[in-house]
Amino acid sequence: MSTYVGDAADAPKFQTAAKKLVGDTQVRYNVKRATGVIRKKRAKVVDEMPDWEQLRESGHQIKQHVLRHLDFYLEQFETACTAAGGTVHWARDADEANTIIVGLVKAQQAKEVIKVKTMTSDEIRLNKALEAAGITPFETDLADLIVQLGEDKPSHIVVPALHRNRSEIRQIFLDKMNLTELGEQPEDLAGAARLYLREKFLRVPVAISGANFAIAETGSVCVVESEGNGRMCVSLPRVLISLIGIEKIIPTFQDLEVYLQTLPRSATGERMNPYNSIWTGVTPEDGPQEFHVVLLDNGRTKVLADREARETLDCIRCGACLNACPVYKQTGGHAYGSIYGGPIGAILTPQLQSMEHSQTLPYASSLCGACYEVCPVKINIPEILVHLRNKVVERGDAPWEERMAMKAAAYVLESPEHMERARKLGRIGQIPFAKNGVIHHLPGGLDAWTGVRDLPAIPKESFRDWWAKRETERAL
Amino acid sequence: MQISLFITCYNDTLFPQTGKAVVAVLEKLGHPVEFRPAQTCCGQMHYNTGYQKEALPMMQHFLEVFRGAEVVCIPSSSCVAMIRDHYPKMAEASGDASLKRAVKNMLPRIFEFTELLVDKLEVTDVGAFFPHTVALHPSCHSLRSLKLGDRPAKLLGSVRGLTLVDLPDAEECCGFGGTFAVKNADVSAAMLSDKVRCLLNSGAEICAAVDNSCLMHIGGALSRQRAGVRVVHLAEILASQGSQRMMAE
Repeated sequence: MSTYVGDAADAPKFQTAAKKLVGDTQVRYNVKRATGVIRKKRAKVVDEMPDWEQLRESGHQIKQHVLRHLDFYLEQFETACTAAGGTVHWARDADEANTIIVGLVKAQQAKEVIKVKTMTSDEIRLNKALEAAGITPFETDLADLIVQLGEDKPSHIVVPALHRNRSEIRQIFLDKMNLTELGEQPEDLAGAARLYLREKFLRVPVAISGANFAIAETGSVCVVESEGNGRMCVSLPRVLISLIGIEKIIPTFQDLEVYLQTLPRSATGERMNPYNSIWTGVTPEDGPQEFHVVLLDNGRTKVLADREARETLDCIRCGACLNACPVYKQTGGHAYGSIYGGPIGAILTPQLQSMEHSQTLPYASSLCGACYEVCPVKINIPEILVHLRNKVVERGDAPWEERMAMKAAAYVLESPEHMERARKLGRIGQIPFAKNGVIHHLPGGLDAWTGVRDLPAIPKESFRDWWAKRETERAL
Repeated sequence: MQISLFITCYNDTLFPQTGKAVVAVLEKLGHPVEFRPAQTCCGQMHYNTGYQKEALPMMQHFLEVFRGAEVVCIPSSSCVAMIRDHYPKMAEASGDASLKRAVKNMLPRIFEFTELLVDKLEVTDVGAFFPHTVALHPSCHSLRSLKLGDRPAKLLGSVRGLTLVDLPDAEECCGFGGTFAVKNADVSAAMLSDKVRCLLNSGAEICAAVDNSCLMHIGGALSRQRAGVRVVHLAEILASQGSQRMMAE
C-alpha cells in the first residue's frame, strides 16, 4: 500500500488520544481561546454578506459540477498548463508523488527546498521523503515553521500551530534559531522568523507549494495566504513545484469570484487574504523559469466513487468546521491522528484510506451540525459521518460489545411487549444502584455515563402504563 | 383536530411526566389526543450509530403504526429530525416504492411539540403559570435540523410568572450526541462541563429544552454536582399551573 495519509494508519484510537488531550489543560486553553477568536471574526464578516447563502450554494454547485466531469477538467488543466510552459505529472498515490518530487529536486542538484504551506505535502509525508534523499525542506509559513522547529505535528488545517501559545512559540524560536535574546511581543516573534526565513528565500533554488485552486481553463494555480512568505516562494526561486490534489480543480478564472469571497471569510475571518498569488506556467525572465505540477490522487477517486460521500471532495480547506466544532474545541487537532483534523478530517481521513484505518474518527462527533452550518461549500458532514459509521458497522469493524448492545436494543425496540419486559428487568436490575430515583453509579462499560453524570432511574410507571390506566378509568 | 402522540421510547420509559404534560396542554386547548400502543422507537440511535439495517424495521413499524394519523405530535426534536432527514433516504435506499410513498405521506403530518403549537394550532399562550427563572437550551436538532427558531422562546415568553434569562453560548452542543456520550465519554464530559458552566452563569434555576435526551445529560451533571439547578422539558412548563416544588420522585 502506498496510499497513506501522513501517519494516520498508525495513530491511536480517537478516544484514546482525546482522553489524553482533554487532560492537557494548556492545549485546551490555547485551542479554546484561538478558535473562539477566529469564530468571532468569521461571524462578523459572514454576517455582513447579504448573499452568503447563495455564495455557499454556488461554491457547492461548482465543485459538484467539477467532480462529475473531473476527467475532462483535469485534462483541460494539463493542456493549458503545458501550453503556458509548465510540466504536468500524474501521481496515483503518495509514494509516486514523492518519487516524482524528489526526482525533480535532485535533477536540480539542490540540497534544500523552501516550502509554501501545503497540507497535501504532509499527507504524502513529503518532508520525510526529501530528508531521506538528503534534501532539507524549510517550511516558510510561520505556523508550519513553528511546527517544524518544534518537531511537532500540525493541529489545524489553516493554523497548524493553533495549539501553541505565544510563550511556547518564543521558547521554540529561542531553542532552535540559536538566539540569545528574543522579545515577547508578536512583532518580536515575527521579526525573528523574518530574519530566519529571508536568507533562505534568497539562497534556496527550488520551492514546493500546494494549491488552493487550479484553474482548468487557463492552467493557472492559485495560492492565498496571510504572510507573503508564500509569495516569496512562488516568485524568487528558479524552480517551482506545485503539489495539487485532483479535487482542487475549478473550471474557470471567473469561478474564483465565489471562492475568493467565501474562503478568506471562512478561514481567518478576513474579507480577503492579504496575498492572493495566481500564476500561469512560466514567464521568461520573471519568476521561476521551471514550473512543475504534480496532480495527486492518493485515494481521492475512491472518495469520488461513493455517491453519498463524494461531496467530501468539495472541501476548500478553510477550517471553519474545525473552529465551529465543540469536539475539536476540547481536544485540538492532534486527537484525530491525522493532518486533517476536526469534522472534515473525521470524514476525509478514513475515506482516503478506503476505510481501512482511522475507523474511530466518524464517531468523533456528537452530530450537532455546527460544521455543516458554517461550511462555505455546504458539505453535509453529519450525514457523511453517519454514512461512514454505517460502513464501519457493515465491514464488521465495530466493537463487539457495541454490536451486541445494538442487537439487544433492536430486539427490545421491536415491539411494545419487548419494551415492557426490558423495563421490568431494568427496574429489578437497577435496585442496587438507584437511590431516590437517581442512579449515581453503574458497573462496567455503563460507567462511561455515570462516571461524571447521574442517570434517572426507570420510574415505576411508564407513560403507556399511565395512559392505559387513564383509559380504563375513563371507560368506567 | 385528532392528535396522535408519538411519545418516543425514552420518554415513555424514563420521562412519563413529559408525555402527561403534552397530553394536558393539548387537551386543554380542546384537541383530543390518541396514543397508539403499538408504537416503539423511531430508530434514531441505531441509524446514527451506523446500524441502518437495524433501523429499517423500526421505520417500517413507525409508518405502520401511525398510518392514517391526521397529525403526529412528537415531544423530541431529535426524533423528528430522524424522521424528516433520514426516513426519505432510508426509503430511497430500500428501493421499495410503497415505502417511499408511505414516508412521503407521513412527513407533512409530523410535528415537533412546539411546531404543532405555534405553526399548526397557532397558539403561543397556553395559559400556563410557572413562577421561575428559566434558561432555554436550544438543542442541536431543534436549532439546526428543525430550525425551530424562536418558537420555544415565544411559548415560554407567554408563560405567566416566568423569567427567561439568556444562556451564554446557548448554541453549543451539550455533548450528549446519543451513543457519543458513552463512546467518547471524555470529550462528552468536557463539552458538558462548558454547558453547565454557562448554565450556572446564566443565573437560571431551571434549564428547559424540547429534548429530554439533552436534559438527561445536562441534568445528570447538575445532579452529580449538587448544583441546585434542575432541568424541565418545555412541555411540563407549559402544562404548569403553579409553583411546583419538583423534587425527585
